[in-house]
Amino acid sequence: MKKNDSLKVKALKPKKETIEFLLNYSKSLEIVKTKAKNYPISKN
Amino acid sequence: MKSKSDSLLISLYQKGDEGALSTLIHRHQRELFTFIFYKINDEDLANDVFQDTFMKIIVMLKEGRYNEEGKFILWAKRIAHNLIIDHFRAKSKNIKVSETTFETDEYSIFDLLREPSENIEDQLVTNQIQEDLLRMLQFLPQNQQEVIKLRFFDGLSFKEIADHTDMSINTTLGRVRYALINLRKIMEENNIILTR
Repeated sequence: MKKNDSLKVKALKPKKETIEFLLNYSKSLEIVKTKAKNYPISKN
Repeated sequence: MKSKSDSLLISLYQKGDEGALSTLIHRHQRELFTFIFYKINDEDLANDVFQDTFMKIIVMLKEGRYNEEGKFILWAKRIAHNLIIDHFRAKSKNIKVSETTFETDEYSIFDLLREPSENIEDQLVTNQIQEDLLRMLQFLPQNQQEVIKLRFFDGLSFKEIADHTDMSINTTLGRVRYALINLRKIMEENNIILTR
């Protein structure tokens, strides 16, 4: 029988790559705090 | 890790536990992504906004700028909501111009004859209305102020407000209704007109 795609429930979640990017971004990010301002810098 | 509360995960993350961030993202990814997707109806763009939202969250958490005033998910949604508004603002400034097209996404140059954006006078009126509205809100009971801000300033649905405030949807609807009735009364008593 032909599948009816319109009845499929769409899985609404972000791509795996997006999550992986965020976790790597977090690991590589460090905040350098000065008296005047905070600077987010990459550890890489 | 999965049984820990959001507050605890945030605290652990701020102390350097990267696994806590992973749990936090996986716990809220569906709700936040769905929230974004239904506002913009584009999966790729929703991924971009989701990513930008968490990049902001990561920086703010690492800087220690998160204060435990409400639920984490509501804070995340507010950031996403603001990013979506920024996106549409930027998009409206970069309209592609063509002379002919009505069949494509591009605008016809003739559409630009009527300036759609607000002029300086309209902007001043809008700002005045917002200021008056915020001042009037202060006269409402705290719980009514909260629902009005969540509904009209943060753009949350009634269901989201109900979840956030631990009320039923009916109570939320009622509270917004009473808040609007009270605002109208305040306007009448003080002869305030909020229309152009």
